[in-house]
Amino acid sequence: MVTLGDYLIVSGILFAIGFAGVMVRRNLIIILMSLELMLNAANLSLVAFSRFQVQQSGLPDYNAQVFVFFIITVAAAEVAVGLAILVALYRARQTTDVKDITTLKF
Amino acid sequence: MLPWYVLLLPLGSAIAITFFTLRFKALSSFISIAAVLGSFVGSWLVFMQSNISAPEFTWIEIGAVFNVPFGCVLDNLSKTMLVLVSGIGALIHIYSLGYMRDDEGKSRYFAALSLFMFAMLGIVLSNNFVMLFIFWELVGFTSYVLIGHWFERDAAADAAKKAFITTRIGDFGFMVGILMVWASTGSVVFTEIASRLSIVANHPAFLTIAALLIFCGAVGKSAQFPLHVWLPDAMEGPTPVSALIHAATMVAAGVYMLVRVGFIIQVSQTALLVIAWIGTITAVLAALIATQQSDIKRILAYSTLSQLGYMIMAVGLASNEAAMFHLFTHAFFKALLFLAAGSVIVMLHHEQDIWKMGGLSRNLPVTFLTFTAGALALIGCPPFSGFFSKDAILALAYERNTPIFVLGLLTAFLTAFYVVRLLVVAFLGKPRSEIARQSKESPMVMTGPLIVLAFLATLGGFAFFARNFLALPMEKNSALFVPLLAIIALTLGSGLAIAVYRNRASEPFDIKILRRLFYVNEFYSWLINSTQERLSRISAFFDRWIIDTAGVGGASGGTWGAGALLRLIQVGNLQAYLFLFGLGIVALVYFAIFH
Repeated sequence: MVTLGDYLIVSGILFAIGFAGVMVRRNLIIILMSLELMLNAANLSLVAFSRFQVQQSGLPDYNAQVFVFFIITVAAAEVAVGLAILVALYRARQTTDVKDITTLKF
Repeated sequence: MLPWYVLLLPLGSAIAITFFTLRFKALSSFISIAAVLGSFVGSWLVFMQSNISAPEFTWIEIGAVFNVPFGCVLDNLSKTMLVLVSGIGALIHIYSLGYMRDDEGKSRYFAALSLFMFAMLGIVLSNNFVMLFIFWELVGFTSYVLIGHWFERDAAADAAKKAFITTRIGDFGFMVGILMVWASTGSVVFTEIASRLSIVANHPAFLTIAALLIFCGAVGKSAQFPLHVWLPDAMEGPTPVSALIHAATMVAAGVYMLVRVGFIIQVSQTALLVIAWIGTITAVLAALIATQQSDIKRILAYSTLSQLGYMIMAVGLASNEAAMFHLFTHAFFKALLFLAAGSVIVMLHHEQDIWKMGGLSRNLPVTFLTFTAGALALIGCPPFSGFFSKDAILALAYERNTPIFVLGLLTAFLTAFYVVRLLVVAFLGKPRSEIARQSKESPMVMTGPLIVLAFLATLGGFAFFARNFLALPMEKNSALFVPLLAIIALTLGSGLAIAVYRNRASEPFDIKILRRLFYVNEFYSWLINSTQERLSRISAFFDRWIIDTAGVGGASGGTWGAGALLRLIQVGNLQAYLFLFGLGIVALVYFAIFH
């Protein structure tokens, strides 16, 4: 029997992998992908909450699932914007490495 | 309205010149001269009418506490002064036409001269302290402008500044005195103060202090000891200015003011005594200094100081008549002396050293004759005007205060000595320089006023002439004894001067203390160095280090330093931010759950 805890553990592991990816990788594309991973970790836990929150009618609580749809939409938009910035950045600097992007540093 | 026209004509001229005709020099000078002549004619008309009055305007009205009318006083005193000021002013305006003929700033000069006439006539007409004070300051300002007319010369600019600041010191006392009188009587109008003076009569100390503070104003403006230092330096200005302002009218304003408020001063015996002694000290000191000067204008400046000392002495001896009489005659002969000196200076291409003159009597006969008339009046030689007025003061001193009388006689002796010295050295003997040898007589426009003034200086003292203008001091029983002593002093002084200086080529004596003007200037610089300078250094330190560095600098430096420290956190590494962000979240969760 798979419990809520198991889902949450998987979700947590995914989130940690994403977070670690954002932290340690230098390539902006990988960082963006890791961000997506973190968002989907959150989605997974939300779906799990929905599944285990059974209402009196016997149906699960769909609020959380609606929330997930919103997150997916926003994530798509975010990736679009993020990739656009990335392309513009690459055109300007010929690099996607975060180490080279230090103009805002004092 | 006539007195107001007399007052406002010169103002109109000053405004017109300043705003419209500054570029047209000849036109400016004619506007100015027309204005002063208009004032002179107006003054005569005012003088001739026995019961003339002028409308009074309300100027400042604050309840019943503080009321200042804009009105004029028209008694014999002010009428005489009106004629005197505008008359001498008119002569000097005409003379200036010759003296300033080729000057670059001729328009500016005449504008300032007109403004001066306005201010001086204002002082004469004022019927209250506030008006008087404002015109008083305006006179000081125009004097500043005119002394510094040749401001490209450092000496002139410095002299102008010195005159202004020194008189301001006296004026501060004057202002406090006015405030004291107003605080005690509740009025600034002379007639009202006179009628309410009984309120303060039983506070003699208060009244004495008020009177002495008002006297401070006269000390500054009339250049009495210890604020006399500015007048000799003021000779840096053009000579007609020295004649008009620093000899005949402005410096006499102090005396006029004291006579005008004589009713306050005469209540206090102490104040009178102080005033009399200040006048005496000034008279003697200035006469002593004059004996060792070699600049023709400076000698005359010190003689002015000395004669003003006589007038102040007369005020201190409680005789307004004697003071005004001497003011009246002095105005003529001193204006004459200065204008004659100016004629000499112009013809000698601005040479003022008497040791470089000599023998001028042949080349400048009119100047010489008129100068001699003025000089004889100045030393009090009968029957010239100075004799009568000085005799009146000496007779008064003989009657009321013997030490002052003795010093007055001493001054008469010294006056005769240095004036005759000036005459002998500058006008007689042989020319001692090439310029003196080749000098020529001045043009008519300059000698004309000299001749008019010479007549006035000669006749001014006779009772039949002066009686029309002034209330003359009473004839006393001692009338024979005192003039005899005065004539003896005069003869001794002139005789000594002739004996010493005949055919001399340079100054035989060198008395250091007199050459250095009794070290008064040195004393003042020491005083300013040790007090004001030190105080300003302390304030400068406080301003620079406490306010600027610690206060303003501390605030800006603190903000800047905090910013610099905080900036170190901004490493610019995205992942480092994220790491800190993650740590923060962990910490938040930890505190949220486990606490």
